[in-house]
Amino acid sequence: MNLFYIVTIIIAYYLTKSTLTYEVPAQWKNPLRWMMISAIVLLTLNTVSLLHNGLHKILSLSMVAGMIFVIFKYPELKRGRPMVYAWLPVIILWLLDSLIAYFLPATYNSWEDYLDVAMVFAFIWAVSLWVVNNRQKKALEIEKVKSLEKEQEFKATSAMKAALEVQVNDRTAALTKQKNELQRTLNELKSAQNQLIHAEKMASLGELTAGIAHEIQNPLNFVNNFSEVSNELLDEMNEEIEKGDLEEAKAIARDIKVNLEKIAHHGKRADAIVKGMLMHSRNNAAQQSPTDLNALADEYLRLSYHGLRAKDKSFNANFKADLAADLPKANVVPQDIGRVLLNLINNAFYAVNECAKQYREAGKEGYAPMVVVASSIIKDKGIDKAKIIVADNAVGIPNAVQSKIFQPFFTTKPTGEGTGLGLSLSYDIIKTHGGELLVDNHAGKDNPAIDERTPVTNKGTVFIIILPFENTVSLPNKTAAAPNKRTKNTRLEDFKNKPK
Amino acid sequence: MKILIVDDEKDVEILFRQKFRKEMKNDKLQLVFAFSGEEALEILGDTNPPSVMYMFSDINMPGMTGLELLSKVKHRFPDLKVSMISAYGDSENHEKAMNSGAQGFFTKPIDFESLKQEINSLL
Repeated sequence: MNLFYIVTIIIAYYLTKSTLTYEVPAQWKNPLRWMMISAIVLLTLNTVSLLHNGLHKILSLSMVAGMIFVIFKYPELKRGRPMVYAWLPVIILWLLDSLIAYFLPATYNSWEDYLDVAMVFAFIWAVSLWVVNNRQKKALEIEKVKSLEKEQEFKATSAMKAALEVQVNDRTAALTKQKNELQRTLNELKSAQNQLIHAEKMASLGELTAGIAHEIQNPLNFVNNFSEVSNELLDEMNEEIEKGDLEEAKAIARDIKVNLEKIAHHGKRADAIVKGMLMHSRNNAAQQSPTDLNALADEYLRLSYHGLRAKDKSFNANFKADLAADLPKANVVPQDIGRVLLNLINNAFYAVNECAKQYREAGKEGYAPMVVVASSIIKDKGIDKAKIIVADNAVGIPNAVQSKIFQPFFTTKPTGEGTGLGLSLSYDIIKTHGGELLVDNHAGKDNPAIDERTPVTNKGTVFIIILPFENTVSLPNKTAAAPNKRTKNTRLEDFKNKPK
Repeated sequence: MKILIVDDEKDVEILFRQKFRKEMKNDKLQLVFAFSGEEALEILGDTNPPSVMYMFSDINMPGMTGLELLSKVKHRFPDLKVSMISAYGDSENHEKAMNSGAQGFFTKPIDFESLKQEINSLL
């Protein structure tokens, strides 16, 4: 009967052993242990023959039967079933053997050999099933372990993916924030640019004011005095009529007519100056219209000169307008081109004045300040274009500086005297009109401002505006155009010495 | 009496000729015009005393200014009477003109009443 104990111990032990994939059910841990211990105790008692043989048989049988019963009754112990299948033949044979030996002792002897052989097979069956079972279990276990590992790997990947997603979200948020900040900065810069452009306009208007005052006083002088003198002439005419000298009366009437024409002429002149001033200060009225560039150049030459004269009593310079009489009207925004001209002319007067100051301070003679504004028609790629030059006979712009003068905020004037925006804005205005603004130093015959009175050390500066008569570039609503790429005056040669 | 008027505005000639038509008619006055400082110096010539008795000059002219002309003329003909006419009635111009020996200083628009008084005082 020891066999039953051993089978019980084996199965119980098998069930109490946890593996990677099998966990002993908690409620069965103790019962299984007690079953094992009691089987061991009984086995020991039996070995030393302390118990009655019959009792012993009943105990061992009920123990193994109870074991088999609970394994089949409770699904959580179904792991033990293959073990039961393995050992069941041995148990049944043993039981059979015992029963035959007890009830049929006569036939037992003739059956014994068969029973022994069956027993051997049953044992082989039990052991091989056990081995196969174990091997299967192990293979299964390895598979399970593998799948567990895969699952863990998958979990780790998912976790990493989630973490990455969070990171990506964070980065996206940071970038969006940065982009918004940049956008805001850009907007602020744009508004600052507009303000600067406006400030520049106002500054140049300030420069103009004195010139405008002078330019208005002169026509007003004529309007007032011509009307006054006409009044006197009318009295005289009446006197002559009364005297009967009709010829003289007629002559006076002719004079009065001339005077009235003069009054109208100078009234219009003052009107044009005021209108020009208003146009100059206006912010967003960029209307292109056919414009007489010669008249514009002449007007701003005078305004600039008188403006500077009014501001600086020591200022003086000679100026000359050499304008092509047949220059067609150009389709431009007059106040914008006016600003460019004013800027260039102011710069030229400033330069010759500085040069004259230096001569005076050094006690030298022989410098006659000169500014020339000239217009002509040139052919550029087969198309007629207007060329306006503003030339002076001052010291000229060094080559190193020439490439920078169209950059915003670049100025050679002392702090506070220049905004550094004039030429930059001028450049943009000319570009928006589809033209070119170029700068060069040219001593001698190339620069019309340089004459025999100019010292040879003076190179003089020439600014050249090339404007198409019809603007092919679409003009935006305001002149605050996006700053154009500054090109060096590489195309200057194209425009030089090319009169029509 | 010969009077020289210097101004870069050409219409000044017509204005003066009409304003002084009576004086010119009865040959009391003779008007000469120059449109720049350089031209004025040419007209005055080199003979001293010059044929011109009185010179009225604008200050604000391209090239030689009226003030430069004043000092040159006063240097060459100390006895020639010169008065300035300017759209700038500020004290700085006024002072400079007076210091350089100007007889008077008239502002634009010209008040011909006072100008006539000035001339009549010489006639």
